[in-house]
Amino acid sequence: MVGIVVVSHSAHLAEGVIELARLVSADCPIAAAGGLEDGSFGTSYERIMNAVESVHNEDGTLILMDMGSAVMTTEMVLEDLNYENIRMADCPVVEGAIAAAAASSGGMTLEETYQEALSAKNVQKF
Amino acid sequence: MDAKKITEILHALSSKIDKEKEFLTELDNVIGDGDHGINMARGFKAVDAKIDTLETEDIGEILRTAGMTLVSTVGGASGPLYGTAFMKAGMTMSKKTQISLSDFLACLNAAVEGVKMRGKSVQGEKTMLDAMIPALEAMNKAIEQGLTSADVLKCGTEAARQGVEYTKTIIATKGRASYLGERSIGHQDPGATSFTNMLEAVYDYITA
Repeated sequence: MVGIVVVSHSAHLAEGVIELARLVSADCPIAAAGGLEDGSFGTSYERIMNAVESVHNEDGTLILMDMGSAVMTTEMVLEDLNYENIRMADCPVVEGAIAAAAASSGGMTLEETYQEALSAKNVQKF
Repeated sequence: MDAKKITEILHALSSKIDKEKEFLTELDNVIGDGDHGINMARGFKAVDAKIDTLETEDIGEILRTAGMTLVSTVGGASGPLYGTAFMKAGMTMSKKTQISLSDFLACLNAAVEGVKMRGKSVQGEKTMLDAMIPALEAMNKAIEQGLTSADVLKCGTEAARQGVEYTKTIIATKGRASYLGERSIGHQDPGATSFTNMLEAVYDYITA
């Protein structure tokens, strides 16, 4: 199953998003990388690295980020890891994580999971 | 200038940022998320500790280490941006034990390219690039005119300060400040300001 990582400036937000995603998919490997080690807001290179390592497997990993440093720091982690089957998804974090978790636990490939996450951009709420 | 002096300059950058952290945070409170000064001070404090443990004459290694430390400790956008800047600068100095003024400008050029790449940004978007690029251009011009190191750095810091002033006149289109749109006009960019602070610290060091 494709691993999923949620990167946010806020530890609560990242944890909350993966809690919601687990509701639709209890079994997919998903990890949060939120906030800094000292509990303050920000994005941590080390937390992102650890989260990726904790879920990454032969099916690959999809990463969702909130904004700014979350995106740039994730890019740096991926450059350093240099794995082939990892992608970052430019999508809304909550809707994207739920879509991706459902796709992953449904046995979809990384590419399909990525497309599912991106399709969250066009989900109409009403 | 050798590795020992580069280490001293990095310590000087750190104390300058520490001195300016409240002002930088204040600037960021207005148009960003209010963490620039605190984040930068935390990152440079970690750089302070890290570079003192290095036993190397390789200036490239010192700069790369400073960059990697900023990436892992700053926590905000300035971490990957300044981190990339220092790492790219370090790459131009790989295995070199002496740094000349033209090496320094090559470092700054690599830093500018690194920030553009990492931030997917160009000049005129109310970012640190609006201080970095004019400073680099002014120093390149000054070096062509055969000015002394101190005068070249002086031209650079003046151009950077003007760059900061320019950021007051434009709308932010990158970073958190871009959410403010036109309301970002009238406020100077914290990243352009912290870059200028660093260049001032280099100038103060070489003229002390």
